[in-house]
Amino acid sequence: MDPLILSRIQFGANISFHILFPTITIALGWVLLFFKLRYNATNDSAWMRAYFTWVKVFALSFAMGVVSGVTMSFQFGTNWPGYMEHVGNIAGPLLAFEILTAFFLEAAFLGIMLFGFRRVSNRVHTLATVLVAGGTTLSAFWIIALNSWMQTPAGFEMIDGKAHAVDWWAIVFNPSMPYRLVHMLLASGLTVSFLVSGLSALRYLNGDRSESMWKALRTGVFTAAILIPIQIFAGDQHGLNTLEHQPQKIAAMEANWNTGPNVPLVLFALPDEAAKENRFEIAIPDGASLVLRHSTDGVVPGLNDYPGNHPPVFPVFWGFRIMVGTGLLMLAVSWSAAFFLKRRHSLPKPLAMLMVPMALSGWLATLAGWYTTEIGRQPWLVTGVLKTADAVGPVAGSHVALTLAVYLILYVLLLLAYLGVLVHLALKAAKDGDSSPLPGVMKAAMSQPAAGE
Amino acid sequence: MTFDWPTALPLIFAGLMGLAILIYVILDGFDLGIGILFAVAEDGEQDTMIAAIGPFWDANETWLVLAVGLLLVAFPMAHGVILSALYIPVFVLLVGLILRGVAFDFRAKVPSGKKHRWNRIFFLGSVIASLAQGYMLGVYVLGLDVGLGGMAFGVLVAFCLAAAYAAMGAAWVIYKTEGELQKKAVRWLRTALVLTALGMAAVSLATPFASPRIFDKWFVWPQILYLSPLPILSALLFLWLWRQTFHLPKPDDRHALTPFLTLAAIFALGFAGLAWSFYPFVVPDRLTIWQAASATESLAIILVGTVVVLPIIIFYSFYAYRVFGGKATDLTYD
Repeated sequence: MDPLILSRIQFGANISFHILFPTITIALGWVLLFFKLRYNATNDSAWMRAYFTWVKVFALSFAMGVVSGVTMSFQFGTNWPGYMEHVGNIAGPLLAFEILTAFFLEAAFLGIMLFGFRRVSNRVHTLATVLVAGGTTLSAFWIIALNSWMQTPAGFEMIDGKAHAVDWWAIVFNPSMPYRLVHMLLASGLTVSFLVSGLSALRYLNGDRSESMWKALRTGVFTAAILIPIQIFAGDQHGLNTLEHQPQKIAAMEANWNTGPNVPLVLFALPDEAAKENRFEIAIPDGASLVLRHSTDGVVPGLNDYPGNHPPVFPVFWGFRIMVGTGLLMLAVSWSAAFFLKRRHSLPKPLAMLMVPMALSGWLATLAGWYTTEIGRQPWLVTGVLKTADAVGPVAGSHVALTLAVYLILYVLLLLAYLGVLVHLALKAAKDGDSSPLPGVMKAAMSQPAAGE
Repeated sequence: MTFDWPTALPLIFAGLMGLAILIYVILDGFDLGIGILFAVAEDGEQDTMIAAIGPFWDANETWLVLAVGLLLVAFPMAHGVILSALYIPVFVLLVGLILRGVAFDFRAKVPSGKKHRWNRIFFLGSVIASLAQGYMLGVYVLGLDVGLGGMAFGVLVAFCLAAAYAAMGAAWVIYKTEGELQKKAVRWLRTALVLTALGMAAVSLATPFASPRIFDKWFVWPQILYLSPLPILSALLFLWLWRQTFHLPKPDDRHALTPFLTLAAIFALGFAGLAWSFYPFVVPDRLTIWQAASATESLAIILVGTVVVLPIIIFYSFYAYRVFGGKATDLTYD
C-alpha cells in the first residue's frame, strides 16, 4: 500500500489513542483539586475518599498519555520529516515550550501528588495538585496553539520554502486558536464529568449509597449540566470562525456542493463525492444559511469553489454530525439527571443505566470533533503552506504497515485493559463504600497510617 | 574573535541536547535497569523495587522527550534523517516504553491475580526498550548506514547497554533498600559491571576504526595526551567500583549512594568521549550541527525559554527526589 495513506492512518491511530488520555487528565486534575479543597474546607472524609478513588484513574490515564505522547514526539521524525523541514522554525519552539513549561512540571509534581501525601504538608500537597492540573492545561495551550497555527497560519514569512517566524504573538494567538482552546478545554471538562457520573452511576446500580459516591455523582452531573450549554455556544462560535478562515471545511461539514443562498441544513445524507451530490438526503430548508449567516438567504460556501482543494466530504460530514448528536444527547442526559438529583434526591434506574455507557460519550464526541477539524484541513498539513503528501518520509510502505499493525493490536489491548481497570476500581469502591481505610490529612509528614490499596 | 549568534546557537543547542541525553541515560537508566532486574527478583522484592522508582520514572522519561524535542526543534534536518534511518529500532523502543510505562500503573490497580502478568510485561518492556536504545547507539556510531556486520555490532552494544542499565538499577537498589535485597543488589551490580565494561571498551574501539575521521581525532599527537585521562579515568573507576562490590553494604549504610554516583561518572566520561568523536557532526559524517540547525531567530526564542526554565526544572526535580529520599517504603496513593 501507499506509504502516504499508511503513514496517515498510523499517525491518526496514535494521535487518536493519545488524545483520549489528555482529554481526561486536563480536567480531572481540576476535579481532584476541587475534591481536595472541599475536604480542606469541610473536613468531610467522603471528599477525600472521592479524591483517592479518582486519583488512581488520574494516575493510570496520565501514564497512558505519557507513553502515547512519547510515541508522537518520535513519529514527527519517523513519518513526517518534511513537516519539521518546512515549518520546524515555527513548530519547534512551540513544542519546546510545551516540554519545558508543562511536561517537567507535571512529571515532577505528579510523584508528590500521587505518593507524597504523608511526606509533605497538606499545603504542599494541595500546591502539587494545582501544579499538575496547571501543567496539563498549559500543555494543552501549547499544543492547541501549534495545531491552530497549522489550521490558520499567521505571523510568518516564507524564505526558500521554509517558514520563518515574524511575530510570535500572532503565531501563538492565531485566528482560530482562542476558539479551539476553549472548545477543547470544555470538551475535556465534559469528558471527565460524564466519566465521573457514569462510573458513579455504575456504583449506584451496584447498590452503593455511600457519601463519596453521591459526592462524585453530583459533582459529575452538575458540572456536565453547566458545561454542556456553554460548549454548544462555544462550538457555534468556533464554527463561525471556521466559516471565516477555512470555508472549504464548512462546505464539507455541511456537504454543500454549490455556493449559494437558502442552503438547507442536512440532517442525514450519504455524500457522494464522484457524483457531487447527496443521496438519501433529509434536510431542513434554509437551515444552514440560518445557522451560519443568521438569515435564510445567507450565502453559504459550496465545494464547487474549491475544486481539488477541499477535504474528503464523507468523513468530515459524518464526524461533525456524530459530535453534534453526542452533544445533544449529553444535554438531555445531564439535564434530566441534574433535575432528579436536585428535586428528587434520587436517580431513576433507567437513567442510571443510560449514564453508564455515556461515561465514554466525551471520548466519542472529542474524537469525532478532532476528525472533523483534522480531516477538514486536508489536503493541507499546514493550510496553504505545506501539503500532507509533501511531508511524508522515505520509509517503505511495508515497514509502515507492519508497525501500524502492531500499534493497533497494542492499542486495542491497552484500551481494553484500561476500561477493565476503571470498572474494577468502580466496583471495588462500590463494595468498600464509606468504610474504605483512609489516610488522615495532617500537617506533620510521615505521621499517618497508609491507605489500604 | 567576535561572538556571532548564528555560529554559537547551534553549538549551545548541541550542548543542551547532549546534556539532556546524558541526564536521560543516567536517570531512566536506573529505572529501566530495575525493570531488567525484575527477572531475578522475587515477588516482595519487586514491590520494593517499584517503590524505589515509582515517584521518579515519569520525570526521568521526560528527559528523553526533551532530548528528542531538542533534536526536533534545533536540528530538524537531522531529526528526519536519523529517525527515518532508525525507523524499526525506534518503533521497537516505543513499544517497549509503552509496555513498561503502563505496566507500572496497571500492576498496582488490577485484581491481585493479574499482577504477575503486568510484572512480566514490565520486565519485557524494560528489556525491549534498553536493547533498542543500545542497538540505535551501535548503529549510530557506525554512521547509520550499516550492513550485516554493523547490525551484529548493534546487537552487541544492545546487550552491553542493557547490562549497563541493569548495573545502574542495581546501584539504585543498593541506595534505596536495605537487608537481603540490598545484599542481592550488590551481587547483581558485580555481574552487570563486567558486561558494562566490555560494552564500553567495544564502543570505544569500534568508533575510531569505523571512521578514519574519528581515528585522526584521537590518535594524533598531542590530542592523544589531552584525551588520555578519559579512558584511563574510566578504567580506574570501573576497577575501584568492582573492588567496592566486595565491601558493600557497609556498616551504618555508609557509601550506599557511591556505586550509583560512580556509574554516573563513568557514563559521563564515556559520553564525553562520544561527543568528542562526533563533533561537529550531528549525523555522523553527513550533517554538521550548523547544516542541520533551525533558523537563528527560532533558536534564540527557545534559548530564552530554556535559560529561564531549565534551572527551575532542575531545582524542583531535586526537590522531588528529596521528598522521596531515604529508603523506599511501600508505595501507596497517599
